[in-house]
Amino acid sequence: MQAEIAVLRFGLGARPGELAAATGDPRGWLMAQVKGAAPLAVDTPLAASDQIFAALLAARDERQKMKQESAAPATDAKVVNAIRAAYQPHYRAQVLARAQSAALTLKPFAERLVHFWSNHFAVSADKGVVFGLAGTLENEAIRPHLGGSFVDLLTAVEQHPAMIAFLDNQYSVGKDSIAARFASRRFGPDLNAPKRQFGINENLAREILELHTLGVNGGYSQADVTSFAQVITGWSIGGGKGRLAGGEPGRFYFRDNLHQPGPKVLLGKTYTEQGVRQGEAVLADLARRPETARFIATKLVRHFIADDPPKAAVDRVARAFLKSGGDLPQVYAALIESPESWQSDARKFKTPEDFVFSTLRALNVSPGQPEEVVRTFELLGQRQYTPGSPAGWPDTSKSWDGSDALMHRVLWASRVGAKYESGVEPADLAASSLGAYARPETLTALKRATTSGQAVALLLMSPEFQRR
Amino acid sequence: MPRLFQANAGRRRFLLGAGALAASAAIPQALFAHTGGSSRLVVVILRGALDGLAAVPPYGDPDYATLHRELAIAAPGSADGALALNSIFGLHPALSFLHERFAAGELIVFNAVASPYRDRSHFDGQNVLENGLAKPVGSADGWLNRALAALPASGRAADRAVAISQNVPLILRGEAAVMSKSPQATPDVDEDLLARLADLYSKDDWFSARLSEAVQTDQMVDGAGDSANAKQPARAGYPDRVTAVARMAANLMRSDGGPEIAVIEASGWDTHANQGGAKGILSTRLGSLDRALKSLADELGPLWPQTAVLVVTEFGRTAAVNGTRGTDHGTGGCAFLVGGAVRGGQVIADWPGLGRSALIDNRDLKPTLDLRSVFKAVLDEHMHVDANTLAKRVFPDSSGARPLQGLIRA
Repeated sequence: MQAEIAVLRFGLGARPGELAAATGDPRGWLMAQVKGAAPLAVDTPLAASDQIFAALLAARDERQKMKQESAAPATDAKVVNAIRAAYQPHYRAQVLARAQSAALTLKPFAERLVHFWSNHFAVSADKGVVFGLAGTLENEAIRPHLGGSFVDLLTAVEQHPAMIAFLDNQYSVGKDSIAARFASRRFGPDLNAPKRQFGINENLAREILELHTLGVNGGYSQADVTSFAQVITGWSIGGGKGRLAGGEPGRFYFRDNLHQPGPKVLLGKTYTEQGVRQGEAVLADLARRPETARFIATKLVRHFIADDPPKAAVDRVARAFLKSGGDLPQVYAALIESPESWQSDARKFKTPEDFVFSTLRALNVSPGQPEEVVRTFELLGQRQYTPGSPAGWPDTSKSWDGSDALMHRVLWASRVGAKYESGVEPADLAASSLGAYARPETLTALKRATTSGQAVALLLMSPEFQRR
Repeated sequence: MPRLFQANAGRRRFLLGAGALAASAAIPQALFAHTGGSSRLVVVILRGALDGLAAVPPYGDPDYATLHRELAIAAPGSADGALALNSIFGLHPALSFLHERFAAGELIVFNAVASPYRDRSHFDGQNVLENGLAKPVGSADGWLNRALAALPASGRAADRAVAISQNVPLILRGEAAVMSKSPQATPDVDEDLLARLADLYSKDDWFSARLSEAVQTDQMVDGAGDSANAKQPARAGYPDRVTAVARMAANLMRSDGGPEIAVIEASGWDTHANQGGAKGILSTRLGSLDRALKSLADELGPLWPQTAVLVVTEFGRTAAVNGTRGTDHGTGGCAFLVGGAVRGGQVIADWPGLGRSALIDNRDLKPTLDLRSVFKAVLDEHMHVDANTLAKRVFPDSSGARPLQGLIRA
């Protein structure tokens, strides 16, 4: 059962031959995957975030021109449509590449970890400005650091334009910043003049503390949130206009003129660094705190072992995190070494993502068109990169086990069965995808099915395939 | 190109199979008859923290315009001004249906309300809103599910509550069985496949319960009067989605043996940047919500007089505008109770004011009413859950939150 656990629970579901490959040394098979970066398994050329952001800026300029040239002002709907049109091909290409990579990768544990971190550091394509950038955070900030240290991963994420834009930090301005003082001289002391009003936006600072590092019970106060928001004023994106001019369009850019100068106190420590280094120093400290170790360990154990994370495993992973200073391969190793990981009866109910990716792997197929993937996830209730909130998709079965959700899975499974029935021998498929998890009653049901398409659908919807 | 995932709108004619399906599916139609005059409750959860100072602008408060600045809604009578409720409060101009219901005596507006939660995490805030406790952890089930178990018997055989989504939100999770149904169609799943799955699941209670639930719900949708509408896929943008969800709720509730309680959710209220005032992002969202509520009322039709719709959010937002023309996470906010069964035309707000010393942490509206006082009142007066059960089981440790009175018409 050890190979099944390695491939089904830690990987993305078995491709033909994968269970055999993991049989000799399941732990070694897993650990070999998480050294270094974790690039996409397909070499589809994807545009980089700065190019995509430049397309967005161009769309905005275009609309500005439309506004000036036309007597009738451009409506909000038109603006939104222009941005969506500029973004849509990128979103679709990212979603397709992600599904193909999940279907084909020979390092499915690394790929699952990429998905885990992408959900931990969630951005949501529901927000207009993020739509075409969502996948770039995963590909540019997470994949390169998968086998590195947590602090590098954290810093890359918080300085990625998709995160800055998702949590509104690019316009957050210190009250005593150069820009604010300049405006005060120019527009006079009237506090209520619109151009005179500068201030922070605490969204990114709060979510870094609550969702990315310490966790909601991590012992920080509202004052810490406010102070941290001051620290990261100026963390912005290049290529704006006016006081947002400067920097390379679409790249992380520290705007000194928006930064609140001076030392700041956070969690009892005074930070005297200047400029962007102040925020980086805070991130480095956050990344090493025991609360962060515990929060990350709890989420990893919940994701890989059980909805209700066993304390012994959380303790072990948290210790490894603290002891190694957040060296991620050592953290993953502690997870794999936890005896709780290898109990065959504790199984997670698959999310729609798990279900779709494991189906593609079981059938040894890879999607060819973006709309296949986009529609599938729309149907199953997990549109890619749209968790809707910065907390990411929920990671417990209760959030996915509605009866309506099950019916959508049945519908999809029956369509998959009809599409892929030719050339499939159901009993072999059960053996290669489930190994020892296949139950006798499922094998009997497959034998009795009227068509091999129906057999495929029954296999995909069997309780043992629906869990990992 | 393969169209594997293309949905086509069709009608399922599901014949009852053997095995696990039989129990739920073979319920005689006679049991589905409505018990006359029984109450209907819809809970609308606004996820992301609605700005109560925009939705229910306290235009009469002397500090309001200074703090809420360009996001403030002007006094009634001025251009894009609030829709008047009384000399202090109005409604956001996008809420025209709600305002109409206020005039008709069917809407109660609450302001300066909050759950017992006092920190500023969306996710913990939503947990407290839904679990009915004073803290975010400690309960895997929701208060509405616990209330469900305590409803007076109705003689119905079907589940009495539905979540209009693929999955069940915390507020409705728990021991009492509930349905879930999203507006996205699941047409024409092969009947033979479903029957075989029922057999395959016969040794797995977890799966067999969900499958029979799904089949039962689907039959109800097929039986609903306006099933063509109910099955319309909600693929379009945000505004259509909320309305589609509201219509789905109404259609299910109106069908034979349909649920008495529905939960719907709408997100997009976390307006940290460029929130807008009478026009803008938040205004668009509020307009969608208002239209969705109107659709709900229209589609419920004859059931509207016995309906109460409770609209709530996890907390309010900062009284002052932040550095990006938006508002950050706050504390006190607003809520609505609307419906034919509601003793409306009232504003319930023990207003603490927006003066600096009245604000929490110098930033948030101070709540003066516990939302559980509203929940208890609705469950007691409208759904007839007995007071003792409410105090002990549904909202444990809530003795400080005494139920309000007079929210529902006698």
